[in-house]
Amino acid sequence: MTRIFRLLILSLAFPALAALAEPKPGGTLVIIDSQVPRHLNPAVQSGTATAVPGTQIFATPLRFDENWNPEPYLAERWEVADDGLSITLHLRQDALFHDGTPVTSADLAFSLQTVKENHPFQTMFAPVNRVETPDVHTAVIHLDRPHPAILLAMSSAMLPVIPEHIYGDGQDPKTHPRNSDPVGSGPFKLVEFKQGEHTILERFDDFFLDGRPYLDRIVIQVVADVSNRVIAMERGDGHLMPFMTTLRDIKRLEALDHLGVTDQGYAAVGPINWLAFNTAKAPFDDVRVRRAVAYAVDREFITKALHLGLSRPATGPIVPDSPFYTDEVATYEVDLDRAQSLLDEAGLIPGEDGTRFSATVDYIPGTPEQQRNLAEYLKSQLARVGIDVQVRAAPDFPTWSNRVANHEFDMTMDTVFNWGDPVIGVHRTYLSDNIRKGVIWSNTQSYSNPRVDEILAEAGVAADPTARGELYGEFQWLVAEDLPVYWINVVPYHTVYHNGLGNVPMSIWGTMAPMDAVYWENPPE
Amino acid sequence: MALLGHLLQRLLWALGLLVAVVVLNFLLIQLAPGDPAEVIAGEMGGATEEMLAEIRARYGLDQPLPVQLWRYVSRAARGDLGRSLFFDAPVTTLILERMPATVLLVLSSLLVSVLVGTWLGVLAARNPRGWLSQSITVLALVGYSAPVFWTGILLLLLFALAIPIFPASGMSDVTRELSALGRVLDVLHHLVLPTLTLAIIYLAQYSRLARASMLEVLGMDYIRTARAKGLAEPTVVYKHALRNAILPVVTIAGLQFSQLLSGAVLVETVFNWPGLGRLAFDSILRRDHPVVLGILFCSALLVVVANILTDLCYRLVDPRIRVGGAG
Repeated sequence: MTRIFRLLILSLAFPALAALAEPKPGGTLVIIDSQVPRHLNPAVQSGTATAVPGTQIFATPLRFDENWNPEPYLAERWEVADDGLSITLHLRQDALFHDGTPVTSADLAFSLQTVKENHPFQTMFAPVNRVETPDVHTAVIHLDRPHPAILLAMSSAMLPVIPEHIYGDGQDPKTHPRNSDPVGSGPFKLVEFKQGEHTILERFDDFFLDGRPYLDRIVIQVVADVSNRVIAMERGDGHLMPFMTTLRDIKRLEALDHLGVTDQGYAAVGPINWLAFNTAKAPFDDVRVRRAVAYAVDREFITKALHLGLSRPATGPIVPDSPFYTDEVATYEVDLDRAQSLLDEAGLIPGEDGTRFSATVDYIPGTPEQQRNLAEYLKSQLARVGIDVQVRAAPDFPTWSNRVANHEFDMTMDTVFNWGDPVIGVHRTYLSDNIRKGVIWSNTQSYSNPRVDEILAEAGVAADPTARGELYGEFQWLVAEDLPVYWINVVPYHTVYHNGLGNVPMSIWGTMAPMDAVYWENPPE
Repeated sequence: MALLGHLLQRLLWALGLLVAVVVLNFLLIQLAPGDPAEVIAGEMGGATEEMLAEIRARYGLDQPLPVQLWRYVSRAARGDLGRSLFFDAPVTTLILERMPATVLLVLSSLLVSVLVGTWLGVLAARNPRGWLSQSITVLALVGYSAPVFWTGILLLLLFALAIPIFPASGMSDVTRELSALGRVLDVLHHLVLPTLTLAIIYLAQYSRLARASMLEVLGMDYIRTARAKGLAEPTVVYKHALRNAILPVVTIAGLQFSQLLSGAVLVETVFNWPGLGRLAFDSILRRDHPVVLGILFCSALLVVVANILTDLCYRLVDPRIRVGGAG
């Protein structure tokens, strides 16, 4: 009896013991990606395609866990001055670049300057006045005004520390030849970069974190066709596939024994799918009309039925995963009568055929479940309140972005990223001084509310997180009243992974963060 | 001598054609909506006006059209097809890296479709009302009507997933270390499904063509004479009849090279084949004009060369053209 009991205990305990054991080193991880990187240097290039390999090759001062807490990475520790006007970083003394030269504070200062001057996200380091380097491993960042977003901007792909002795040779960093043959200090170094095909990375043996990374190799394979990507995962050719949004494929892969699926790892990307109004153009210059449209749209139906329950409703400009999110905003539960009476109030009386007015809706081609299908849904739904909607197709992305960037639209579906801190990804589409024709993902709605401008200016420099939270709370409430856009859902990005993998990347940056902890628990045969 | 003169004439024609292709393509592509600078700067991040202006200036996109055209043509004449706006790399390098993959795919498909198609056509012609002939006709019809991407995905599901005997994607397995021979075998293994997909459509055409042409030839007097001489049937069919019946196949094969190239765009996308077709497709979406122009130029070049070769082949197969000189 006791022996059987013991055996039972042992057999139960063994898997648990194995899980606690030190991860096994070795093995190759094949990542299947749909996006083509222009090059591999995130210092001068935004986007996920560069960020996934870029964060393996380059290390950043900090990194973030799944709860938005900053953790040491290249910087062992850091202090933010009480007035919020300077940040002191103490860099590790044992960090080396892949060519063997040590990482110094001068490299950090050079990197920050390069990013500030060349990266499309200008708000990340705009308040940085200068970087002082009192010694080889200390850097003091001086700010013109407090800038709480800077901690997040020192993680993931946003502040890769690039070696000054390579990138500081006077050539334009945006077109530097070494962007395609990069040298960083991250856990993996480049073996081969074949443009539009694959990126092969290999373990950097002198990586500054002992014993890491666990994997020997990472191969990032670009596969443009979605069916082929799914087949690659199903066959086991690929082991990790991030940024997956085709819902039926997610369901199909989820059902397979050797694969797992998660929507964790996209909190900082914060992708929102929304319907934007051209508020400079009648009748959408009238808030009642915008609210009427909102009352006609059923977010529950979209997320539960159209998106098979895989997406979540977005209620405002900040994603639910953000620490600054609040649900205390007007939510416009579907109410067709309310919509009708709002349109009546706005003076849009139905004509003989029951039509109040006609308008167009555009959408981004390429992700039909998030974009085209919702535009079609909108057409049928708005017809019920007397709005005649024409769905305007665009043959490709540039055609769509040209229309929207030049404000030649009535309504458009759009997907916009929060990029971690609201200062980086949220402010841009609501600030009235960011109404700039020709620039996509600026304030193309021509939205202007002086109070919103004021709040955002204040929230950008508020050092105290609670105070910041309150400001963003008011901001979310206000824009949900004004409704320059109607937020529909959080884009259901999913990562598909092989079940044999340990530590699948699920921090706020997901696969756009170093994969030094990823290992093969049960490698495929 | 006549051959040399003819060849020279063809080459001159080809040159004029290529210049026309370059100029027309350049003008056509300007009609496409969308600004390459915006695509480069915009990638899910947005951009500033200064950045857009800088990109336009760097790639000469801010110059008037005639200036851009002149620059392009004069550079192209020197073999410089410009730089990719997206990758910031020389277009010639990008193209030369991918050319072998496409040529391999297209030539193997051409080979398979011509050989198997002709053979099927001959088989069908020997007994035009038999079940074999009928089923070949049906097969040809289905193969010809099915869209390439559909056939491709079907073959993928069948032979890469249900019965996984062939790889699903790419031209080689980059995750494995292989010997030189291993590499070659690996590429051949990867080549099977894409080749089959692309060959199936053309196979249909060639079998129909060969069948019709064979039927005609088999009814001719000299075939009756050959049979009357007591020659064995295979000799009659393959030596006497086929030689004449194959002329239309050769002509069509040459002409079809260009169609194969466009078919390759789809096949390469479905099978993730690292060739020119996929680069072309991606580059159009990215508004990477120099790359698109470069690929169009190269495919025009390939087609022109293929046509000249067809012409020469034709003369080889049919002595009448060789002697007479007038086609």
